[in-house]
Amino acid sequence: MVRFMPHDHHHDHRHGAEDHAHALLPPDPALRVKALETILTAKGVIDPAALDVIIDTYETKIGPRNGAEVVARAWADPDFHARLMEDATPVVADLGFFGRQGEHIVAVENTAEVHNMVVCTLCSCYPWPLLGIPPAWYKSDAYRSRAVREPRKVLADFGVTLPEGKAVRVWDSTAEIRYLVIPERPAGTEGWDVERLAALVTRDSMIGTGLARVPEDAA
Amino acid sequence: MTKVHDMGGRFFDGPVLPEPEDADHYPEAWQARAMALTVAAGACGKWNIDMSRKARESVVPKDYMAFTYYEKWLAGLADIAVETGVVTRAELAAGASDGPLEGARRLTPDTVPGALAKGAPADRPSTVPVRFAVGERVKALRLAGNRLVPGGHTRLPDYAAGATGRILRLHGSHVLPDSNAHGLGEAPEPLYAVAFPAAELWVNPEHPGDEVIIDMWQSYLEPA
Repeated sequence: MVRFMPHDHHHDHRHGAEDHAHALLPPDPALRVKALETILTAKGVIDPAALDVIIDTYETKIGPRNGAEVVARAWADPDFHARLMEDATPVVADLGFFGRQGEHIVAVENTAEVHNMVVCTLCSCYPWPLLGIPPAWYKSDAYRSRAVREPRKVLADFGVTLPEGKAVRVWDSTAEIRYLVIPERPAGTEGWDVERLAALVTRDSMIGTGLARVPEDAA
Repeated sequence: MTKVHDMGGRFFDGPVLPEPEDADHYPEAWQARAMALTVAAGACGKWNIDMSRKARESVVPKDYMAFTYYEKWLAGLADIAVETGVVTRAELAAGASDGPLEGARRLTPDTVPGALAKGAPADRPSTVPVRFAVGERVKALRLAGNRLVPGGHTRLPDYAAGATGRILRLHGSHVLPDSNAHGLGEAPEPLYAVAFPAAELWVNPEHPGDEVIIDMWQSYLEPA
């Protein structure tokens, strides 16, 4: 059996009540995860085969196409739109989108006057059942620190410029409420069905760091 | 009382680096494993989501800043597993288990879909009366910090402490992280979305019409 050495820079804080147990794991992250998985498997706490199913679920079954369907339906169906804005959780659950990190959903809608944008400054809260695993930039220090203070400069990093008079509402997800941005429906899509509309809805447009694609780009 | 994870408004973090929407979520294979391991281990029922967040943000600041995202998850998982008695320090140091944990709930391939679909709703009935009405002006407590446990977990961001805003909506009553993260019970109370004008929060707001909306528990607020 391999015995791992704690990593060096932890030597100064390995004792006392605030002791950090993770420092006992090997320094290489791949070995760290392997060690934890080995221990927890032997303890009977996890089944490695369940990990494979979890990874596969968020790679192949749950992702931003779910959210795009919600947005497209909201654009296409006034009744769905009204119910979604009133209380989104049961409405998206009816489509099969519910569960871990999406237990309480609130839809916020972009208009000619207001642009919405979502962040989690304290960690990385994100509506998993609707958008899947968050992208790296959403979890980055730069996004978490800047989105609340200078959303327009952050939007510029995404190549997005808002019209002069439009206000920005940044939603900081500090609780278990998960926000879904409903982007503005692009012009020239009158009469389109849900499937066609959904193809215009990007992941970033549902976080608020992007806009929906226009028909010319989707051709 | 600043904490390293509470970074809203901080300067000098540089540009946000967008990725293509089809970019790999896990550039390295261990990252996927770390995600799934954390989700699966959480299902053992020995800790809750607030305890998980507390564990991640309690990583010493220099490690928190140096760790990549899923390294923070791994550190939090190792720490909380020890804190709750699921594993021992000796087992972590040895890289091997001393024996099975009695009574552990374990996800299996066939129970994963149901567990992920069920989630863990945070709304609860509460006896705490709703104090604020939609539209009412409120003030976030001037000092952001846990009132139950010194130095403990809270979800009141430092940048909003002392700011005046208005109640935008009531979300119902939700589990209070300041209590639940410390095993002190769920202590549900009313939760609100509170709108703060950017000028309340920043010396140089980008635009006079901008707002930041923050979910705040009732005990984070006082009348303005």
